[in-house]
Amino acid sequence: MATITDVICPFCGTLCDDIEVVVNGSKIESARHACKIGNSKFLSINDIPRPIKPLIRENGASREASIDEAIAKAAEILSNSKRALLFGWSSTSCEATAVGIEIAEEIGGLIDGTTTVCHGPTVMAVQYVGLPSVTLGEIKNRADLVIYWGANPMHAHPRHLSRYSIFPRGYFRERGQQDRELIVVDVRKTDTAKIANHFIQVEFGKDYELLSALRMIVNGGELEEEEVAGVPKEKIIELADKMMNCQFGILFFGMGLTMSPGKHRNIDNAISLVKNLNRHTKFSIMPMRGHWNVTGFGEVMTWQTGYPFAVDFSRGYARYNPGETSANDVLQREEVDAVLVVASDPVAHFPRKSVAHLARVPMITIAPHHSLTTELSEIFIPSSMVGIEEEGTAYRMDTVPLFTRKVIDPPQGVLSDVEILKRILEKIREMR
Amino acid sequence: MMTDVILVPKVQHKISLEAEVIKPDEFAGKTIEEIKELPVYFGNTVQKLGDFFEVSGSAEENAENLRIVVEGDVSRVKRIGEGMTTGEILVKGDVDMYLGARMKGGRIVVEGSVDSFAGQQMRGGEIEIKGNAKDYLGGSYRGDWRGMRGGRIIVEGNAGKEVAEFMRGGEIIIKGNCDSFAGVHMKKGLVIIEGSVAERVGAEMVGGSIIVLGEMANLLPSFKIGEVVEGLKIDGREFPGKFRKYIGDFAEGPSVKGVIYKRL
Amino acid sequence: MSELVLKNGIVYDPINNVNGEKMDILVKDGKIVEKLNGNAKTIDCSGKIVMPGGIEIHSHMAGGKVNGGRLFQPEDHVRFAMPKTKVTRSGTGFSTPTTFLTGYLYSKMGYTTGMTAAMPPLMARHTHEELKDIPMIDKGAYCLTDGNWFIMKYLKNGEIEKCAAYVSWLLKATKGYVVKITNPCGTEAWGWGKNCRSLDDPAPYFDITPRELVKGLVEVNEILKLPHSVHLHANNCGRLGNFVTTLETFKVPNGTKPAAKRQIMHATHIQFHSYGGDTWHNFESKADEIAKAVNSNKNIVIDTGTVTLDHTTTMTADGPLEYYLQSLTHLKWMNRNVEMETSPGITPFIYSRKMPTASIQWAIGLELSLLIKDPWQVLMTTDHPNAGPFIRYPRIIAWLMSRKYREETASKVHKVIYDRSTIDGIDREYSFYDIAIVTRAGEAKALGLSDRKGHLGVGADADIAVYDINPSEIDPSRDYKEIEKKFSSAAYTIKDGEILVKNGEIVQTRYGRTLWVNSKVDGELEKEVMKDIEYNFKRYYSVNLANYPVREEVLTRSTEVTRSASV
Repeated sequence: MATITDVICPFCGTLCDDIEVVVNGSKIESARHACKIGNSKFLSINDIPRPIKPLIRENGASREASIDEAIAKAAEILSNSKRALLFGWSSTSCEATAVGIEIAEEIGGLIDGTTTVCHGPTVMAVQYVGLPSVTLGEIKNRADLVIYWGANPMHAHPRHLSRYSIFPRGYFRERGQQDRELIVVDVRKTDTAKIANHFIQVEFGKDYELLSALRMIVNGGELEEEEVAGVPKEKIIELADKMMNCQFGILFFGMGLTMSPGKHRNIDNAISLVKNLNRHTKFSIMPMRGHWNVTGFGEVMTWQTGYPFAVDFSRGYARYNPGETSANDVLQREEVDAVLVVASDPVAHFPRKSVAHLARVPMITIAPHHSLTTELSEIFIPSSMVGIEEEGTAYRMDTVPLFTRKVIDPPQGVLSDVEILKRILEKIREMR
Repeated sequence: MMTDVILVPKVQHKISLEAEVIKPDEFAGKTIEEIKELPVYFGNTVQKLGDFFEVSGSAEENAENLRIVVEGDVSRVKRIGEGMTTGEILVKGDVDMYLGARMKGGRIVVEGSVDSFAGQQMRGGEIEIKGNAKDYLGGSYRGDWRGMRGGRIIVEGNAGKEVAEFMRGGEIIIKGNCDSFAGVHMKKGLVIIEGSVAERVGAEMVGGSIIVLGEMANLLPSFKIGEVVEGLKIDGREFPGKFRKYIGDFAEGPSVKGVIYKRL
Repeated sequence: MSELVLKNGIVYDPINNVNGEKMDILVKDGKIVEKLNGNAKTIDCSGKIVMPGGIEIHSHMAGGKVNGGRLFQPEDHVRFAMPKTKVTRSGTGFSTPTTFLTGYLYSKMGYTTGMTAAMPPLMARHTHEELKDIPMIDKGAYCLTDGNWFIMKYLKNGEIEKCAAYVSWLLKATKGYVVKITNPCGTEAWGWGKNCRSLDDPAPYFDITPRELVKGLVEVNEILKLPHSVHLHANNCGRLGNFVTTLETFKVPNGTKPAAKRQIMHATHIQFHSYGGDTWHNFESKADEIAKAVNSNKNIVIDTGTVTLDHTTTMTADGPLEYYLQSLTHLKWMNRNVEMETSPGITPFIYSRKMPTASIQWAIGLELSLLIKDPWQVLMTTDHPNAGPFIRYPRIIAWLMSRKYREETASKVHKVIYDRSTIDGIDREYSFYDIAIVTRAGEAKALGLSDRKGHLGVGADADIAVYDINPSEIDPSRDYKEIEKKFSSAAYTIKDGEILVKNGEIVQTRYGRTLWVNSKVDGELEKEVMKDIEYNFKRYYSVNLANYPVREEVLTRSTEVTRSASV
């Protein structure tokens, strides 16, 4: 038995880095300090059977194949494509994404991440209005007003409240929760809303209107309507007052805001509200990024290609326009003729029309476990789990970089995403 | 004297062709054979215009007197007329994205419908669409706060979301209906919607005018209700009837000058 | 490794007092040598200028803030793109180029070393991940210390030795090369949306003034005997009337002796700190006042931060400044306070020729270069991308070498420059020797790198730039366009003895060294300070101490510069 400390949890964007993993031979016994979902992610390496051998599907039947054969075949598919899509990346390391970008560039394909179906609208809004933000430690040390809007961290980011926002004692907030106020804005009373000091129930799809009303008040205007988005005028004014009069405020938002009607414009308006609040006090905003390294994918994409997701290399350099170069758009237009999926399960999460096209074209999947996507793939190459069986860089939701640790060896014969991708790239280059 | 170069699509394809070379500026002074050799982008390959179109007619030395006629469906051909400065393009079918993007002059007529981003960051000239337009008509590029700055776009049918996004000048006329966020972040210019308009019209606008002749969904709470105007005159155009004036978007601050006129 | 002879070039090597002499430069195993015995490859440099490779002393080229600038400006990236070639990766971006592109663009101009100007310690890994992807040049990172809680507390308590030990640890943990101070104390005040507007305006709660912080860090820097001096972005950057603060700031190190033969303070992008006036209507250049102060103080080196009249991006750890700028332009704004350390911000900016302000700013950058007498004291930068992108260096060189070019540009900007700057009256024109000082030799000396860089003496790294300019045939004063063109596109860029660029095209890519300071202090003192570090990490940071230091493996060709402190 060995205990490894300071382990970084590869589950959600909170990227807790205080996990203590107890390893017993080839098994993980426990992951101390981790939340329920984080813990189950660590323990999932014990799952049996774990796919070890690559699978190749021919004429409707799957057969085991050697890693060399799988890689050669994958390289052939990608090399022959006219418009390949490389998708996934949010649950692997930045190092893997970097190789993915190089492959996309080499073959003149498209590369996109799960961002496209979660916080893509956030990124687009940031590109219009910016993002006044802070690191999570700033919130712990200074925040006296915390708002979660369309986000339910009690379920999706269980330790977010205890590590960074509401419960911890901070330098200027020595009494922790007692020194802070928690407000939740959501369409229903979530578990996070239940522990809040104030809950504001917004009518579904009307967040934009509520944000506009708040901005008007914050900017010195007078609200004429008696009720906006199902929230009475007095309550809106009270909320605006709280925001303007706190010492250090933070607005966290989730998919409730990014994926409801208005999408990127909801976020545009929310960010603009926070910008406006800075005329009165210190206020910041942060997206509750989901997958553990979805932020890292965006960072590497940005420094290497100039754009955070939905990149098209068809002309030898990166071009970007969500709505045109994003995964679902090219899939639904049936433009894609080959797909490489890394550390993701688009078949389970994409709209039906996109999945229909995924079923039509040759698909290669690199992932540690079986999924609906691996089931539909021509080639499935099992990989090790980054952050548990491999080290690698990840970025927390506040863009703080962390180097994830390896706590246990992967099953014999299973390669890392980086290794598999590098070999595919090498093979593609040989073919040219 | 106008001369025509006629393009007839000869292959069907799912992957969109990128053909910003289809504009009078490029064709002018070239022989038909030379026009056929112009590069187009197909997936990760560079091919020739002649691989995808039958090309006939004759090209003028002077682009001003040149008309390109596309006979047929080019709903998978992007960037037609992108950056054009003069001459004419007539498309007798549907067109893909970026029709007339960054156009500075000349005229484009589309008998069918256009996909998104038509007239993106347009500066001059005219685009006339007989069918419908998808999203971001006369809008901006991602991250850019400078959308359409001049010229005119007329859509006989309906338009999608975010028409005139970040508009800084020029004129857009939608004869049919218009989806949500029309005139979002608008600063200058004129949008006329003859049909009905969906929610959040004028969102975050700070200037410019939007005229709605048909129905209008609930206005944002950050607009102020102004007076009723009898007979409207804007940019030399006259609109008979009574209009209610709305001013906004006060979400952007106290000194905004955006105006929506809704015909009563 | 190969041997190389650069034959008959016209050499400008100010560190070795070589001023336009025709000579051969011999290269073996990546170094400049006295003799060769093998059959070396010969490059004919007759009629061409040979200089040490260019050195960038202040550029925001890598890190979280730079990437923020890239991320929120797709419109900057559609402006400029370079497709992949057989030897290079692709890249995009005009004012915020991508990493690969950054390396290529520097290399094309004959640059061989570059320093990234602002690394928040908590984000150090990010900075190094990007540096890892910047090819062609040697590089290093400046570690931000301006709003650091440890430093503020130690200095407030007068614990200068502990402070030194902490800074020593911080440089090692972040693999930093320089102690960088941006808006001292102001970046902590920005944690509350406030700022420090004078040298005596204390950080809230911590109750330490910018004057005390700068003075303390100057002392710490010299106790640690670091290769570079403190690198200071002074208070009130970009503000009206700030030249008063700047002049005051220059005096702060008085009384402290440099631990090495170099300046006691490097004051950066002084163009942004030379402003007079109290409204934008009477805004004026105070470059003459600043130049006077620098001319009488040999212990100060500045870099210019010359405005190039472009649509660019401003990005700095000076969070309150970025907020202020966006409140003027109403453009998008990004901010990223970093817990217990600093507070970067970013916003786009358009230096329009039509604007009086931008026109005066343009004049100030050049006035500084021309009014400060000793070129070793006034290094050339654009504070990339704040005053303009670094790809404009050749244009600035041309402006400095040609009064006529300056006049031509002056005629196209707002005429207010004739009244509110002195640019029109300045005749001085830089020589090639001066250019070599302000773009490489001066940088090497200021950075404490002149043992191996910034010159062509025996033993130096074979980092060499060759430009297709014949000084005996060209009149830079008249042929300024040619000067600009030739400095944009090196005839050869040689790095560690390898030809990377030929005729302005990249022929080979390589990864350079990452320089960092391995600062050594007394073991007991370090242990004591570690206790403080552990205590504070447990309570106030959002990451565990074990996950904070940057591992050396992420550095390309990690090259430590060891310095033993006097404590």
